[in-house]
Amino acid sequence: MGTQIAHAIADGILGGGVYALMAAGLTLIFGVLDIINVAQGILVVLGGYLSYVLSVHLHIDLLVGLLITVPAMFVIGVVIYWLFIRPLRGAERTSMTLLACFAVALIVEGILYREFGSQYVSLSASYTNSTVHVFGFYLSEIYLIGFGLAVVAIAALYLVLYRTTFGRAVRATMQNQAAARLIGIDVNRVAAITFGIATAVTALGGMVFGATSGGFNPNSGYDLISRLLAIIILAGMGSIGGALVTAIFMTTAEALVDIWQPNWSVAVFYLALVIVLTFRPQGLFGRRAVRAQ
Amino acid sequence: MTDQLGAQIPPVTDFIQPGTRSVPLIRRRTFAVAGVAVVVAIAAVYPLVITNPTATNFGVITLVFVAVASAWNLFSGYSGYLSLGHAIFYGTGAYFLCVAAKDWHLSADAAFWLVPLGGVAAALISIPVGLVALRVRRHTFVVITIAFFFIAQLSASNLGVTGGSGGILPPVPGNWDPATYNNPFYYLALIIAAGTVALGWQVRRSRFGLQLRAIRDDEDRAAGLGVRTMPVKLTALVVSAFITGMAGALWVYFIGEAFPQFVFDPLFDLAVVLMAFLGGLGTVAGPVLGALILEPTQLWLNLQQSNSYESEILFGVLFLAVIMFLPRGLLPTGAEYVTKWRARWRQSREDAP
Repeated sequence: MGTQIAHAIADGILGGGVYALMAAGLTLIFGVLDIINVAQGILVVLGGYLSYVLSVHLHIDLLVGLLITVPAMFVIGVVIYWLFIRPLRGAERTSMTLLACFAVALIVEGILYREFGSQYVSLSASYTNSTVHVFGFYLSEIYLIGFGLAVVAIAALYLVLYRTTFGRAVRATMQNQAAARLIGIDVNRVAAITFGIATAVTALGGMVFGATSGGFNPNSGYDLISRLLAIIILAGMGSIGGALVTAIFMTTAEALVDIWQPNWSVAVFYLALVIVLTFRPQGLFGRRAVRAQ
Repeated sequence: MTDQLGAQIPPVTDFIQPGTRSVPLIRRRTFAVAGVAVVVAIAAVYPLVITNPTATNFGVITLVFVAVASAWNLFSGYSGYLSLGHAIFYGTGAYFLCVAAKDWHLSADAAFWLVPLGGVAAALISIPVGLVALRVRRHTFVVITIAFFFIAQLSASNLGVTGGSGGILPPVPGNWDPATYNNPFYYLALIIAAGTVALGWQVRRSRFGLQLRAIRDDEDRAAGLGVRTMPVKLTALVVSAFITGMAGALWVYFIGEAFPQFVFDPLFDLAVVLMAFLGGLGTVAGPVLGALILEPTQLWLNLQQSNSYESEILFGVLFLAVIMFLPRGLLPTGAEYVTKWRARWRQSREDAP
């Protein structure tokens, strides 16, 4: 039992890295654009399918394939933003953008069904089924790779946000869009690139998800997005650091519950959500201001 | 209207910004009453004139959606709290009917009495949901309703009482005449739908409806003016859930099977929202119009092709089109055109010598 628990914790932490990355993208979009991108889940699945096509049909290694899928998803993100999000204005913008994202998700899901059908596929490479012996644990190699990639991506995101002029513009836009516009920041460009970056991380997330989840189909997007939404709301929307911590904490909790109750493990996310919001409506790391209308 | 000191208070509509004020499409009261009477009369004789089972089948399901879209609008359209979790209440009503009919060994005819009870079950579920979800606003509220939706779906798949993923069957009416089989369902759906629309109309004119719309426009200000926001929001949600639960119970009885993925369907939530948006969010007739357009289209598409992804893509495209080009819905946009056209017509008459 002890080793089982220790193993669950290790898996939870390693798996949480990828969720942290995807949640960071989601919360970044929320912070800059005031949008909840409910299409993030299906975009992860799309990223997974892109990796799948590259590896199965073109025999490109999964890790090398990321060099293609990440820029491709960036472009898809920017296009979605320019076509469907940017034109929405006015009082009902909040709900409109959310519904527009949902509609995009539906279309992507429908296209994926049409192209790939509903059978489960999984990504495989030499390193997806091997294990490594670390500190007395046998850890799956792909979990380690995924965690490593997520850490690198999050670090890169951090550097971009806190060490570049563009990052400063992004943070300024998150704080106050009107003021950012006044000091000469091209808010539309910042928003488009942010949306692109947040979508680009789904390519990475999709690859790792596809290799670790034991199979996915176009329907997997719902499962992903419900977890991601729970994470960013638990963390407090707009808090990137909070999203990272919460993601790792929640996946660990899920892995632990999974030992006893595999059917109910995902309910951990929602229960935590309900409990936290009852006592702290702004989330664990959220600022009060986020709640105001 | 006068305040306590007897001074004249301008009607509340004067405070509403011109852009958001809905102009009635038909101005004369007699016309409006006549129009409603004609629609109700057509709906009442429809299954008697067109006896084709497919047509009456469409009629039942469309009326169910008229009721649900109006009920959704009663809460979300008036209060501005966008719920993407009404399938929780729909599914609760549906499962209640199946489980209760099975446990209480009810005959097929008696199962109709379970429809209002299904509504009560959904209303009871909506109270804890509302107490948690209505503490947060905007995006967070939407996401909480989605989270509750997934909890409901997960519970339906894993609890023993619902039959798990294997599903559960409602009672089957045995010896009804096939020619008029759909009619009892149709008229019950019509009663629920008409009742919901009438309620929505009454609420819109009432103090309660005004409080809801004040919450939609600015909740903090409404609270400052003395609206007890939580009870108002919760009441609207419970009423909406009650109707949605009744509709769900009736629907599952008509369809004749209940599976978790089918009863708790994320597409259901979107469909209802799209109906309200298409017709006109927060108007009385909008959701009705939206349901009358969309649901038969969807049913017809399902008949035409077996691939669900085709209709999924089409649905998404249609949704995007409505959001991009008709963000305020058909009725408000149409009313705007009529008003403009009337003004121009009046202007040209005045200009004429």
